[in-house]
Amino acid sequence: MMEGLTFLDIIILLTLVILSISFLLTSVRIIKGPSLSDRIVGLDMLVAVGIGFIAVFGVKTGYFLYVDIAIALGLVGFLSTVAFARFVLRHGDDSVFHDKKEAAEAEQLAEKARKGDAS
Amino acid sequence: MIHDFVAGLLLLIGAVFILSASIGLLRFPDVYTRMHSASKAGTVGSGVLLLALAVYSMEFSVVSRALAGIAFFLITAPISAHLIARVAYITGTKPWKGTVIDDYAANVNEKKHKQP
Repeated sequence: MMEGLTFLDIIILLTLVILSISFLLTSVRIIKGPSLSDRIVGLDMLVAVGIGFIAVFGVKTGYFLYVDIAIALGLVGFLSTVAFARFVLRHGDDSVFHDKKEAAEAEQLAEKARKGDAS
Repeated sequence: MIHDFVAGLLLLIGAVFILSASIGLLRFPDVYTRMHSASKAGTVGSGVLLLALAVYSMEFSVVSRALAGIAFFLITAPISAHLIARVAYITGTKPWKGTVIDDYAANVNEKKHKQP
């Protein structure tokens, strides 16, 4: 079964797996993200991963028109990031640490870093 | 097939860049450091993947469009990162407690005094 696969096929499979993992990690940040700005950064990163996916699909299928779609997605992603930023600027960010344990953990980490700086 | 090999190598490099960007996004302590990871490594990752598509096709129209796309991403990434950082600071997202230098604080306070 493995004989049919060329070098490029194996690389494409590997790349798709790596991109899927990074998609999942970015989604975790979007779900967790304590502040609204964290979520916007995550969505911006998600667009970058999507562009990567489209480029890999272009290599896999041989339809080079995918490059146009990637450029259009980049444009839309940039515009949406700007729109989100202006939205937050106007309405403010009222998100808080919903998870008390997480807040305490962050505080503890910061304390440790300050001690590390001092010593 | 030399350009198959080069395209495969570029695909792998770009995917690793994007993976490191998303790991940074998950592991860094506050918005400002997360943004640094996402806007630099993420942009380079998607740019290298588009470059791989250009190398694989070896047609002038595809190569020129891919290069135009990369230039566009390189121009827009710092703009959006700057906007998000400014908005996060103004709306009161605190930097990580380990941050030692905060030059923007004086600037923001000055502006508040000027516009009562």
